[in-house]
Amino acid sequence: MEESENMSNKKKLTASLGDKTFRLLTLLMAMSVLALMVWIGWQMVDSARPSIAKFGFTFVIGRVWDPVKEQFGALPFIYGTLVTSFLALIIAAPVGLGVAIFLNEMATSKVRSVIGFLVEMLAAIPSVVYGLWGIFILAPWLRETVEPGLAKWFGFIPLFQGTPLGFSMLAGGLILAVMILPTIASISREVMAAVPNEQREAALALGATKWEMIRIAVLPYAKSGILGGVMLGLGRALGETMAVTMVIGNRPDILSSLFAPAYSIAAVIANEFTEATSDLYLSALVEIGLILFGITLILNVFARLLVWSVERGPKGGISS
Amino acid sequence: MGQSLSIHNLEAWYGSNKILKGINMEIRPNQVTAIIGPSGCGKSTFVRCINRMHETLPRTRVRGEISLDGRSIYDLNPVALRKTVGMVFQKANPFPSMSIYDNVVAGLRLNGMKNKQELKASAEKSLRMAALWDEVKDRLNYSGMSLSGGQQQRLCIARALAVEPSVLLMDEPASALDPIATTHIEELIRSLKEIYTIIIVTHNMQQAARIADSTAFFLSGELVEHGPTSEIFTNPHDKRTEDYITGRFG
Repeated sequence: MEESENMSNKKKLTASLGDKTFRLLTLLMAMSVLALMVWIGWQMVDSARPSIAKFGFTFVIGRVWDPVKEQFGALPFIYGTLVTSFLALIIAAPVGLGVAIFLNEMATSKVRSVIGFLVEMLAAIPSVVYGLWGIFILAPWLRETVEPGLAKWFGFIPLFQGTPLGFSMLAGGLILAVMILPTIASISREVMAAVPNEQREAALALGATKWEMIRIAVLPYAKSGILGGVMLGLGRALGETMAVTMVIGNRPDILSSLFAPAYSIAAVIANEFTEATSDLYLSALVEIGLILFGITLILNVFARLLVWSVERGPKGGISS
Repeated sequence: MGQSLSIHNLEAWYGSNKILKGINMEIRPNQVTAIIGPSGCGKSTFVRCINRMHETLPRTRVRGEISLDGRSIYDLNPVALRKTVGMVFQKANPFPSMSIYDNVVAGLRLNGMKNKQELKASAEKSLRMAALWDEVKDRLNYSGMSLSGGQQQRLCIARALAVEPSVLLMDEPASALDPIATTHIEELIRSLKEIYTIIIVTHNMQQAARIADSTAFFLSGELVEHGPTSEIFTNPHDKRTEDYITGRFG
């Protein structure tokens, strides 16, 4: 009798000890992420110190990048990164959403699994392979067909002026669009699949056509998730390095035409890191990385605010 | 005004599963017709065939004839049909991103009504008919999700009424509600039959007895018996009906 009571007490003790250990262990893992973030951030600020001390805020607005004269300004890279990323977003967001709507609401299950698989395969192609495709197929095609065509019909817009070179912000934006398409499409698809069927039937029962049903029942229900997917795609586009480096032209200029070559933050770091011999040069590259970090952070905060504001909807709703 | 329905040899499948096995039934206008029967007897599928909602699901099939005031529903575009035959579901399903007002006028907007005055008048009329007006008139721009379960269901009824159908299908509209909310909905149904033909699926026999003019008993995809409610409950002709209403099975 007594022995069995002892046993159960012991068992209780080990159980609560196990719980505590487990709690501590998981807490430690969670904290390690935070610590890693802080550490990386601090290291970057520390390594960038020479450049921050020398250039101050002019680093962010400076347009000249001349390693020989040790003159460093990051604006062309910020510009190239933002233009290519937003171009990618403008192209990939509607296409990705369209793919998701088609696969979820229109396609038969056979078509859905085949096309769904192919779209996800796009995400599996290595970045450098996209880059090769960009160099040998996309850029020549842009130079010979697309850019002259755009210049002919839309040449009055500054975006489509200048010599068609192929290697350009347009090429960078297009290749990024293909690369972030699967992210946007598959996340949109998942959130749309999570819309309860009762919502669809509510719309149909009121005499909605298929498109009206999607518009009033499916999209509003899924919109915050779709927006989240788009933002995740944007995040990927901002940081993408290899494929962009291979097609963007790598020239630190700020030109209004999408046909013009440019440079992105990730590309300049990857290209010049090995040749950065002086301390100032190296710290300038680190600082530019810090700026990319900051841009990503700001856009994510902005995205959160956006998601939060669309989620609120009318007063008294579930999430307000 | 309500319209009459007549159903001939209606058969419906879900995959290879035959759910309705040849239903013949006449439904009179401006009456409440209750469909009762044990779970899985096909009563839900039956009403979902009337507004052609059954066939929106994958791997479903329907055969037979349903006519609305003598005109086959299969001659109509399903979208147009559903404007004449409204539906209220088991689970209240207001659109969560819309306000109370936007929910009520959602169907009217689909029909292209844009005039604010008209929309407003129609919203008020529908909410009054659904006995919800007094409770929500001061917070029409609040989310539909801010209402209680019973209120949400009445909101869905108002939304269905706003498009001015002539037939109203109700698939166990009170099964998820508490007794007080159920009473509200039942009173509402009794008052609505002056304008609409109402077909209500229920697994609650007392509810059928309270509100229905005629009652149909379904069993395993067949219509066993259909007649005036008083007759079905006091003097059923079929042994199976008697067994069911006396609680011997189901």
